[in-house]
Amino acid sequence: MNIIKTLALGAGLSGLLLSAAYAEGLQGKVIGFSQIGSESGWRAAETSVTKAVAAELGIDLKFADAQQKQENQIKAIRGFIAQGVDAILVAPVVATGWEEVLTEAKEANIPVVLLDRGIEGPEDLYLTSVASDQVKEGRVAGEWLVGAVGDKQCNVVELQGTVGSSPAINRKQGFEEALAGKANLAIIRSQTGDFTRSKGKEVMEGFLKAEGGGANICAVYAHNDDMAVGAIQAIKDAGLKPGTDILVVSIDAVPDIFAAMVAGEANATVELTPNMAGPAFEALDAYLNGGTVPPKFIITESKLYTPADDPQGEYDRRKGLGY
Amino acid sequence: MTRPTVDLRPASLPPNPPSRPMLTYLARPQVIALAAVLLVNWLLFPGFFSVTWQDGRFFGSLIDVLNRGAPVAILAIGMTAVIATKGVDLSVGAVMAISGAVAAVLVTSGVSAPVAVLAALGAGLLCGLWNGILVTVLEIQPIIATLVLMVAGRGLAQLITEGTIVTFSDPVLIFIGTGSFLGFPMPVVIALVLMIAATLIVRRTALGLLIEAVGVNRSAARFAGLSANALLLIVYTFAGLCAAIAGLIVAGDIRGADANNAGLWLELDAILAVVIGGTSLMGGRFSIPMAVLGAVIIQAMNTGILISGFSPQFNLVVKSAVIIVILVLQSPLMAQAFRRRPSATPPKSGTPQ
Repeated sequence: MNIIKTLALGAGLSGLLLSAAYAEGLQGKVIGFSQIGSESGWRAAETSVTKAVAAELGIDLKFADAQQKQENQIKAIRGFIAQGVDAILVAPVVATGWEEVLTEAKEANIPVVLLDRGIEGPEDLYLTSVASDQVKEGRVAGEWLVGAVGDKQCNVVELQGTVGSSPAINRKQGFEEALAGKANLAIIRSQTGDFTRSKGKEVMEGFLKAEGGGANICAVYAHNDDMAVGAIQAIKDAGLKPGTDILVVSIDAVPDIFAAMVAGEANATVELTPNMAGPAFEALDAYLNGGTVPPKFIITESKLYTPADDPQGEYDRRKGLGY
Repeated sequence: MTRPTVDLRPASLPPNPPSRPMLTYLARPQVIALAAVLLVNWLLFPGFFSVTWQDGRFFGSLIDVLNRGAPVAILAIGMTAVIATKGVDLSVGAVMAISGAVAAVLVTSGVSAPVAVLAALGAGLLCGLWNGILVTVLEIQPIIATLVLMVAGRGLAQLITEGTIVTFSDPVLIFIGTGSFLGFPMPVVIALVLMIAATLIVRRTALGLLIEAVGVNRSAARFAGLSANALLLIVYTFAGLCAAIAGLIVAGDIRGADANNAGLWLELDAILAVVIGGTSLMGGRFSIPMAVLGAVIIQAMNTGILISGFSPQFNLVVKSAVIIVILVLQSPLMAQAFRRRPSATPPKSGTPQ
C-alpha cells in the first residue's frame, strides 16, 4: 500500500517539477516546515508534495503539524530556531501575531518563507512569500466562460466559498472582472456553499428549482471543485446533463474534478498548485548560495485545465498526492 | 344529554377540550411556525409547493426540504432521548463523520457494502456507548463528556480518511443517500421509519416514562428502583446509532466521506430542532415527532434562504431572527396567552355525548 503510494507520488511529482531546474544547492540543508494541519484535501496534498520535493532535492525537512493552532506553529518555529536550521517554511494559520517569533528567527539569521497565505506585519520579517493570486484564479475561470459561450445569452449561477473568507471574496471579484462589460453574461444567483460538497449540492438544488428546473441556467461557477462536484450531482438529479446542458467551471484542480471531466460532466478548472514549496526552495537556493534576494511576493501560476488537457492523466497523477 | 363530569385534574391546569385533539395539535406553535415559514417561502418563490414526478421520484422544493432536513431530523430523534434525561450529546456531528469515513474506507478497500454499513453503524454504537460510560460510570457532566468525542471524533475520522475526501461508487451506499422508495427520497423514508419506531417504543412501553423519570431526578429515579445507569447507556448508544445513520446518508449523498465537513456543527442544529420541538433542556419532557418537526422547520428556513436570492451575508441574520420568533412563540408567556383565549370562553357546559 505504502509503496504504491510512494510510486504514485513520484509519478505525480515528475509532472509538477517539469519546469523546475534546480541547482544541487540545497543538498543536505536542514529546513523546517510548519504546516497548518490537515484542514482540507488540498492542504494534505501540499504537505505530501513539499515532503516529496524536499526528498528529491536532498533537503533534510523537519516537518511540524500545528493542528490548526497558532501557538503550535510558534512553538515549532522556536524549536526550529533552537535546532539552528538553515531556513524555515511557514503556512501561517492566521494573519496576525507573528512579529515576535519571526523577529527571533531574523535575529538568528534564519530566512523565513511564507507559503500559501500572507501575514500582517513588517515585510522585512520574512524573505519572501509564495502564494497564488486568487483574483487571477477567478479571472481565468471567467475568461474561459466568456470564450466558451461566445455571443450566446448565458445566465450564470455562482457557488461562493465561506462568507467573508479571502478566497471567496477574491475569486468572486476576479470572475466578475472577467464578465464585466459582457452584456450576454449575467450572474443571476449567488449563494455560499461553504466550500463543501454537500452544501454545494444543496445550494445547486435550490438554484435549479428557482430557475425553472434549470432551464434558465447556462453555467455554474463554483469557488472550489468540491462544491462543483456537489453541483454536478444536483444537476444530474434534476434530469439535466452537467457539462452540456449546464456548463461547470471551478477552481482548485483536485482529482475528483478530473474524474468528472473524464465523464464529460465538468468543463474547466483553474489550478491552485499544491507545489508552493518548489518556488520557495528555488528562492532559498538563490538566496543561501548566491545571496540573491527574491521578490517579496512570488505568485504561482493559475493554470486552466479543460477536457482537452488529458483529464484521465491528470486524475491519475494527482490521485496519489493525498488530496 | 349533558351530564356534569368530574374533573380530576388540579384546578390550576386549564381544561383542554379532549374531544378535539387534532385541532389542538394543529394549534401548536411549532405547526404554526412551520406554516409561517412555508408561507414566506411560497411568497418568495411561487413555485415552492409545486411537486412533479420525474425519473420515478417526486421532485420539488418541498421534497428538498424533507430530504435535506432528514439527517438533522435523525440526529434530533437520538438527541431528544438524551436531552429528556437532562443530558446533551455534542458529539453527534463528529460521529457522523466517523460513520461516513468507516463506510467509505471499507467499500473502497473492497469490503462488501452491507458489511461496511454494519461496521459504520457499529462504530456509531461504540461512540454512543463511550459517551454513555463517561456519563454513567465516570459521572462526567454530559456536556463535557460528549465534548471529548466532538473534538477527538473529528480527528479520528480524519485519521481514517487520511485527511482526504474518500470518493466511492458503491451502489448500496449511494442508494442510502440518494435512492428513493415509493417516490420519496431514501433519507426521508429512513427518518420517518426511525421516528415512528422510536415514538412507538418510548410511548407504547414504559421506556418513555422511565426516561422522563431519570430526566426529572436521576437520584430519585434510582431510589425508586430504576436502573438509571443502564437507561442512560441505552439512550446515549441510541444517539450514537442515529448519528451513524445520518453519517451514512450524508456520505452517500455526496458519494464520498468528507471527514473535515461531514456533520460539522450539525449537533447544534439537532439541539435546536429538539428545543424548537418543545423538549425541555432541563429534562423530563420530550416529544420525538415534534423534534423532527423542528428539524423540518430549520430546513424549510434554510431552503427558503437559498431560493430567496438574498445575498449570502444575510443567511445567518435571517436564520437567527426566525429562530428568535419561534422560540418566543413557544415561551411560557406566549403559551399562557394562547391558552387564556379558549379558557376565557369556556366550552358550553360539557361536550355532547
